Amino acid sequence: MGARYFDYMATNPMRPEVLEAMMPFFRERYGNPLSLYELGQNAKGALEEARSKVAQLVGAKPQEMIFTSSGAEANNFAIKGLAGAHAKKGRHIIVSKMEHHSILNPARALEKEGFAVTFLPVDKNGLVDPAVLEKAITNETSLVSVIHASPEVGTIEPIKELAAIARKNGALFHTDAVASAGYLPLDVEALGVDAMSISAHEFYGPKGAAALYLKGGTRILPLIYGGIQESGRRAGTENIPAIVGMGKAAELTKAELPERARRLAQMRDRLISGVLEKIENVYLTGHPAQRLPGLASFCVAFIEGEAMLLMLAAKGIYAASGSACSSKALKASPVLLSMGVSAQLAQGSIVFSLGVENTGEDIEYALGEFPAAVKRLREISPYAGGWGKVKETDQCIPKN
Amino acid sequence: MNLKFVEGIKADVTADIVYMMCPMHLLKLEEMMKTLEGGQVLQIMTDYDGALTDIPEWCEKTGNEFLGIEEEPDFYKFFVRKKGR
Repeated sequence: MGARYFDYMATNPMRPEVLEAMMPFFRERYGNPLSLYELGQNAKGALEEARSKVAQLVGAKPQEMIFTSSGAEANNFAIKGLAGAHAKKGRHIIVSKMEHHSILNPARALEKEGFAVTFLPVDKNGLVDPAVLEKAITNETSLVSVIHASPEVGTIEPIKELAAIARKNGALFHTDAVASAGYLPLDVEALGVDAMSISAHEFYGPKGAAALYLKGGTRILPLIYGGIQESGRRAGTENIPAIVGMGKAAELTKAELPERARRLAQMRDRLISGVLEKIENVYLTGHPAQRLPGLASFCVAFIEGEAMLLMLAAKGIYAASGSACSSKALKASPVLLSMGVSAQLAQGSIVFSLGVENTGEDIEYALGEFPAAVKRLREISPYAGGWGKVKETDQCIPKN
Repeated sequence: MNLKFVEGIKADVTADIVYMMCPMHLLKLEEMMKTLEGGQVLQIMTDYDGALTDIPEWCEKTGNEFLGIEEEPDFYKFFVRKKGR
């Protein structure tokens, strides 16, 4: 029996068209875009064509896209590069508590360098309240970064409103759209953002290519010093095969997005309603409506995420607990805790993220196996009869 | 090379390449100059110290007029007038 993949937020398989587009750039068209002879200029042409396709996916101008090696690099670049280049305005930045580690950790690193960092709280659905940003922002704030949509609970943040507050206060606004590229339409102009991170392997492109959109005329300190690649802002010989693949994936995504999103939302809704119906003491995490198509996330009371994952994997179901990177750390997810989920309940986090290769039949299969796995685990759980001596106030219903 | 410090020059076109790596200052200079008409003034903003010798030298080599620099706390403004009218 082949495995059924429900972990598209961890990574995606590449589309065959993407691989096909990449292939000539490993052997025949291997030139360095900085070389002046034809082989190099040929690679340069491919690089710029990909840049243009990736720019179109987010509604930007080609020269506003800076290629990086990963979403994490794009996020680090945005936080350190923008805070560094605009420190004269002030040494205060704001990020939300919903952020990925590749935003939170560079923000903490800046804190050690003497920057003040505000971590914006969220409500029980994971939403950042624009009124809270309004209170936190000061004349000293140079940068605000809020994730576009959470890969862990699916909540879509009110980026347009938040970015407008930043602009009004003369601060730059960055959004991490790694989890939403491929699922939601992205338009940097309409959102009013100055910077946005996206990553190819989250929309059926290859690993090793990602991009930072940076609004024309915005200064940024490089993370990687060296040559004049990417207009002198990100040194290093470009990963042309991966970038070409990213361009192809962006082109396919742009064309197929509305249909993809419609199908995924349908399957997501079936999965959510099925799980809530078939399993007792299970809670949907994240916003009930304002959420990524394809993302169904839950907390299952009295058992642990890791155990569920192992049980499901044995049945050929690949899912995640917490965000892709915290699932191995066996820590309660900071995102869930920030939403007011109790530490016990957060242990029972499970995330199904759907993608184009999933079918309705996969969903029905999961709806058959998942409740059975929960039942078996609860039979052996020390908390089977409830949380026991755990105080009523610490219980499973997300507080707010 | 004699560096001239100037004040209050009005540029027709400005290129901000602060924090961009060397030799972007020369590439950008060349690229922007192509878009200017003879007699127009280009302002280049850069934090790269090497530009202090490179840009006046480039002007001498190409026959464009180097008008001078203005110093800001964390970058320089270079002013170049395109040759011809």
